[in-house]
Amino acid sequence: MSATRPTRRDVLATAAAASAVSFLPGQLAAVDDGNKIRPFHINIPEDALVDLRRRIAATRWPDRETVNDRSQGVQLAKFQELVRYWGTDYDWRKVEARLNALPQFMTTIDDVDIHFIHVRSRHPNALPLIMTHGWPGSVIELLKTVGPLTDPTAHGGRAEDAFDLVLPSMPGYGFSGKPTGTGWNPDRIARAWAELMRRLGYARYVAQGGDWGSPVTSAMARHAPAGLLGIHVNLPATVPPDVAAALAGGGPAPAGLSEQERAVFEALMTYGKQGNSAYFVMMSARPQAVGYGLTDSPAGLAAWMLMHPGFVPWAYGENPEKSPTKDEVLDDITLYWLTNTGTSAARLYWENGGQSVVLAAAQKTAEISLPVAVTVFPGEVYRAPETWARRAYRNLIYFHEVDKGGHFAAWEQPELFSAELRAAFRSLR
Amino acid sequence: MCATSPTRRALLAASAAAGAVSLLPGDSAAAADGNTVRPFKINVPEAALVDLRRRIAATRWPDRETVTDASQGVKLATIQELARYWATDYDWRKVEARLNALPQFMTEIDGLDFHFIHVRSKHENALPLIVNHGWPGSIIEQLKIIDPLTNPTAYGGGASDAFDVVIPSMPGYGFSGKPTTTGWGPERMARAWAELMKRLGYNRYVAQGGDWGAFVVDQMGLQAPAGLLAIHSNMPATVPTDVNNAAGAGAPPPAGLSADEMRAYQQLIRTFKQVEYAKYMAARPQTLYGIADSPVGLAAWLLDHNDADGQPAAAVASALDRTASATGELTRDEILDNITLYWLTNTGVSASRLYWEYKGGFFNAKGVKIPVAITVFPGEQYEAPRSWAERAYPNLIYYNKVDKGGHFAAWEQPQLFSEEVRAAFRPLRRP
Repeated sequence: MSATRPTRRDVLATAAAASAVSFLPGQLAAVDDGNKIRPFHINIPEDALVDLRRRIAATRWPDRETVNDRSQGVQLAKFQELVRYWGTDYDWRKVEARLNALPQFMTTIDDVDIHFIHVRSRHPNALPLIMTHGWPGSVIELLKTVGPLTDPTAHGGRAEDAFDLVLPSMPGYGFSGKPTGTGWNPDRIARAWAELMRRLGYARYVAQGGDWGSPVTSAMARHAPAGLLGIHVNLPATVPPDVAAALAGGGPAPAGLSEQERAVFEALMTYGKQGNSAYFVMMSARPQAVGYGLTDSPAGLAAWMLMHPGFVPWAYGENPEKSPTKDEVLDDITLYWLTNTGTSAARLYWENGGQSVVLAAAQKTAEISLPVAVTVFPGEVYRAPETWARRAYRNLIYFHEVDKGGHFAAWEQPELFSAELRAAFRSLR
Repeated sequence: MCATSPTRRALLAASAAAGAVSLLPGDSAAAADGNTVRPFKINVPEAALVDLRRRIAATRWPDRETVTDASQGVKLATIQELARYWATDYDWRKVEARLNALPQFMTEIDGLDFHFIHVRSKHENALPLIVNHGWPGSIIEQLKIIDPLTNPTAYGGGASDAFDVVIPSMPGYGFSGKPTTTGWGPERMARAWAELMKRLGYNRYVAQGGDWGAFVVDQMGLQAPAGLLAIHSNMPATVPTDVNNAAGAGAPPPAGLSADEMRAYQQLIRTFKQVEYAKYMAARPQTLYGIADSPVGLAAWLLDHNDADGQPAAAVASALDRTASATGELTRDEILDNITLYWLTNTGVSASRLYWEYKGGFFNAKGVKIPVAITVFPGEQYEAPRSWAERAYPNLIYYNKVDKGGHFAAWEQPQLFSEEVRAAFRPLRRP
């Protein structure tokens, strides 16, 4: 009903025009058999940005929450301040340029266009690594790891720590295509990623993920496609079945837990009781019902994304020294807005069928025999104890609890996160 | 950030102006001691309606759902068709006139403004009745029962069936005030309704409710204020603890359930899988900025409420295709009247806070000891078996299962609903 909005098709058309004058990356000439990989550039029409600012300026607000904390959700005053900034001083073109400075591509896998960033290290024998973002994230949450991972010598690492990096956007997210049928659950995404790595000519590679990236990466490990050497996850699925049952029943904790395990159990109980899982439950059930307001209202979209418990420590980017900054979080939200992916991204929850991403049984970790590496970041919504990780992953090659970073670990602590990946995968080189 | 949208204050200002030249209702003159009851008229500024239509026309849509049914939420084609009609042919002024043709009032109770409709019967000895709406409803749900209840002789009843009807808007709903602090759950509302009835001079009255209204009348029953004779519920809380726990956990039913009870247990299992909207609003109502800013976002959210026959509720879904009804079934205009009321009063978020406020169970027995009447409508969340109703409400004076109507019983089947309310409260009338 709006003639001024660019569709994803317009955006892609721009990309197609760009690709007509572009070159194929070296290794891909050989797979030019319908599995084409097209270079991709983002060029959002100015109209779309004008429309976004216009909509932000016309926001109709609800009244203020009736409490003095976050317990009812994103608080009006702070949020209004952020949205005002978004509609005035925020500049999308900066991140667009940053993305376009990276080699980006599009390829069709299983009938869906997959957008990805692909940065090769200049170091020989770099280890290929595919990293999967989550919700409410995107490739934007991974951008700060590109330098440290592909160019380690400039970031405190050694040449032999180098990775060739592949950062795809999940189906329904960012510039990837939106599935029009059902079935795009983490398992299917995992198969698409294996095909992507094959198509890129990688015969030996590793995979990494947090948030949704974790079940996707775990599914890759279960499938064990040719070439996959091992995985690293920062939101591991390690809650044992007896603990999961106790949580589902509202407690008490099973007998025999260590002090640390009991503390984790209590933290999970509190997490649920405080309503932190509500977004997960809602999007799993009714993504389309949620989606209309996110699609039509920039503020509606931003609030829905910022409600994620991972943003609690973010404090609206008050501290400009702290990553992610206000602009970086707005980059991510604006990417969702401009690609109109609020609803399509929410569908991943529906596809997942309500399976918990942290329960070992739900993620079938017993079926994983490939090497698994885990880093626990202290601010993560679930701080997996090593004992549970050893039960869940029979081939746990690395477990490390670090002292800073949270749910958006790659975004918050890119250097530390990258150092963890180097250490985690060193034995697989 | 929007200059064209009227605030609730603007709407109330219009009403205050109307109130200045109006009369106080007879009974409340005595209570003009700060407990003033002011007449109220709705007069939505034309700019608000223009803005609404403009926003609907500028809707940015998501892509189509990936299924062929409503299992992911209201289907895109369904809501696009509704939005097209809403922005073009739908006329808010009709329901505004209909509401303004009724005696409406505003009074402050417990620090909050309450809007209510108050229609006295022309019949002597009419029984005063307060009727409480629910979510995603409003007083609009109850408009069609006003005549049958206050003027029964025109609707197949006798003069002795007459009620004086009071229909308040809950806090945060419609034209009532929006609480700025916590605490406005069903308990506090129940106390406010008792005060309202007292203020109106009623010292013998009954109360009725479904959905949130059922929670509120249960609380009234528990509080048993002076003058409250009985309650009638069309969403009674009768479920025994063991069944409630089993259904809530998706566990097997306790042993020994009768056929009716087993059926109810199965209905509860289904219902508990369709109340994610309730869980969400109970957790994070303040993240629903999209339903304050987007008319279509609001409509989709309000339409997603289930009944026994579907989600969105089958009765509501079928109403979207019904342009007129001779027998009272819901029509598209009525659905839009209700949604538009939420929009114009900007109450999407404030209404959802009621879920956050309430920490108790849904259908578990609450321990009401005063006389209780129940009508079971087949499309309700669960069909309360008589056996459970008798245990939950030891003073059960009326129990009847009817053959049509659902979760929005008063809205869907106003005549049948009114007959039920008459029959239910008949024993409480003075000879």
